[in-house]
Amino acid sequence: MKLFQRLVPWILLAVALFILPAALDDFRLNLFGRYFALAITALAIDLIWGYTGLLSLGQGIFFSLGGYAVAMYLMLNTKSLAGGNGIPKFFENYGVAELPFFWKPFWSPAFTLIAIWVIPAVVAGVVGWLIFRNRIKGVYFSIITQAALMVFFHFFNGQQKLFDGTNGLKTSTSELFGQLVGSPDMQVWFYRLTVILLPLAFLICRYFTSGRFGDALIAIRDDETRFRFAGFNPVPFKTIVFLVAGALCGISGALYTVQSGIVSPQYMSISFSIEMVIWVAVGGRGTLVGPIIGATVVNYLRSLVSEALPEAWLFVQGALFIFVVVLMPDGIYGWVANGGFRSLLAAFGIAKKAKTYPRIDEEALPVD
Amino acid sequence: MELFFSQILDGLSIGSVLLLAATGLAIVFGLMGVINLAHGEFMMLGAYVTYVVQSALKPMGGVIFELYFPISLVLAFIVTGLIGVLLERTLIRQLYGRPLETLLATWGVSLILIQLIRSVSTAMMLGIIVSVASGILLSKLLRAKFSLKPFFTYLNGLGWALSILIGLIAVNLFDQFRPLSKAWFGPRNIDVTAPKWLQGSWGMIGTIELPGLRIFIILLSALLLLATYWFLNKSVWGLRIRAVTQNRQMSNCLGIPTDRVDSITFGIGSGLAGVAGCAITLLGSVGPNLGAAYIVSCFMVIVLGGVGNLLGTVIAAILLGIIQSVIGSGTLLTIFPDMPAAARGVTEFFATTSMSLVLVFIFIIVFLQFRPNGMFPQKGRSVDA
Repeated sequence: MKLFQRLVPWILLAVALFILPAALDDFRLNLFGRYFALAITALAIDLIWGYTGLLSLGQGIFFSLGGYAVAMYLMLNTKSLAGGNGIPKFFENYGVAELPFFWKPFWSPAFTLIAIWVIPAVVAGVVGWLIFRNRIKGVYFSIITQAALMVFFHFFNGQQKLFDGTNGLKTSTSELFGQLVGSPDMQVWFYRLTVILLPLAFLICRYFTSGRFGDALIAIRDDETRFRFAGFNPVPFKTIVFLVAGALCGISGALYTVQSGIVSPQYMSISFSIEMVIWVAVGGRGTLVGPIIGATVVNYLRSLVSEALPEAWLFVQGALFIFVVVLMPDGIYGWVANGGFRSLLAAFGIAKKAKTYPRIDEEALPVD
Repeated sequence: MELFFSQILDGLSIGSVLLLAATGLAIVFGLMGVINLAHGEFMMLGAYVTYVVQSALKPMGGVIFELYFPISLVLAFIVTGLIGVLLERTLIRQLYGRPLETLLATWGVSLILIQLIRSVSTAMMLGIIVSVASGILLSKLLRAKFSLKPFFTYLNGLGWALSILIGLIAVNLFDQFRPLSKAWFGPRNIDVTAPKWLQGSWGMIGTIELPGLRIFIILLSALLLLATYWFLNKSVWGLRIRAVTQNRQMSNCLGIPTDRVDSITFGIGSGLAGVAGCAITLLGSVGPNLGAAYIVSCFMVIVLGGVGNLLGTVIAAILLGIIQSVIGSGTLLTIFPDMPAAARGVTEFFATTSMSLVLVFIFIIVFLQFRPNGMFPQKGRSVDA
């Protein structure tokens, strides 16, 4: 049994790497690639929300920054998309003759590969430090991250000359290694890349949540004031963890962008960033397996429902929010891990009740 | 000077819309500590109530139609207030003291409300009624038979799931009949025409025209604010609300019905949102997504002003309105025509509606660096709790 438990992650990885590509058609595989990319974001949110208690409603910022970085690199390096000046055509539509200075380094692949996670990390670090320094926490942190999200959204949405505004940057028609990014072959490679990066993200999160650092994070979540009185300064802990989460979101955004074929300011909409939180809540916050399950399950459900009845998805999603918050605060994984399934069976008399002292079922009799 | 005055008027009217929207939220958030992300959707409901009232009164014509706006103001308050009470009784009540959870749950509510307005039809309404009725009935039956059994909770949940299924089947059945399946509003925007006495100008001050609509909205928000202030500070229920805010257990011991106080507080907050939505219909066409445009600004106004402080909310709303209008319209360029090139470039860069919002939000975030608790922070022991 022990051996089996140790083998489970490897089996899952093998299934994702070899069996899924063989079993699914290109379209479905691409969808799963997107789910796994989003699962990295879910892991990042679990790191800051599940472990540190910081409910950020602004992770869309970092997600999109990663997406925009990779999209601009792809557009710059595709000859067919270039206009008269050798820069992407959309610049011409707004009368921009020269590439804006901050896009210039994105000619280089090495710079882009670093920028995908460093730029979101730096932005997250600065925003986080400014917020945490002032002891802004709880709900106020959520509201301020949402305001920051709106800053970026309106900025990217309003600046057509710099980011092509509402249209966003399309990557599906760009080329990489002489191949069309939107082509099925390339998509399979991006899928494989995602499947390899997801466990790495998992390991990074496990590194940060285990040991003394992880204990500090949990202490901040459970009682920050006491943590302060014990002589620690929570600011660097929170800033570092927020920065790491930002970097992970950037990577996730880049992977998602190349697989969905576009990055647009919609990735910075309020609703998308709150959806990210619900993936974590559904899967189980405070565990590292939960977010991966949650992101995959919720997004798969979304595809299923939207394909069958597009209008019903908002109802389902809304109900999901309410259901998880009120009835299943630990999420799917937490519910099973805390013996929820066992007590369900026990209630119907199928499995034996867990032995407790004093007996829970004596105390839990209904009052009326 | 003239330009300056008309800018201030413009800013005041943007600010007063914000204030209208934020007053209700100030009560729900400031006094109850509930993060109601569905607040914007309550505004949307208020706007749709106005639309319904207008459509219903149109055939009557004459004086009655001219009066539709005051009627819909009152109705919007009552309808959204009642929906607010219902929401509080069923959902919010279970989440007190857990603000982050209320945030997520009310977001779920807002999604459902948006889609409900988009696709509600007579068939769907009947289906919902059937579903709720059968759910309550099933729950009663099960409670009578199995309430002592250990699996009762699960069984009850199963009963509700079954009643939802019944509701879905009912919707499908009703949908077969053409007149029932027609959507009431549909996903498109709706238009409410302002009554005649609001269109046009209300006189002049010097050479400046006073547009009736804007003045009306400014007056309305001032009036509502005064009413809220009076209610909270002078009425019996206001006293109870403040007592519960300060110390729930003590108020309970003194015989204040705290759960009713909660319902009333939330209901009034939601009702004010409905009134705000009603006023917003005057500014242009409204749609199911109306709420999203206001919700973040509303929270910003409250945080900037200081949570639980009405005066702070007023000042913050007007300040944000004026900043937004002055920067967004590019008036600075006209006032100071000979500013240096660099400053000119920056001003032009921010002189659009969306870029002025960017600046406003940056301003708020920077401001909170120096006053983390807003302009008028709450004092006392209960702050951290």
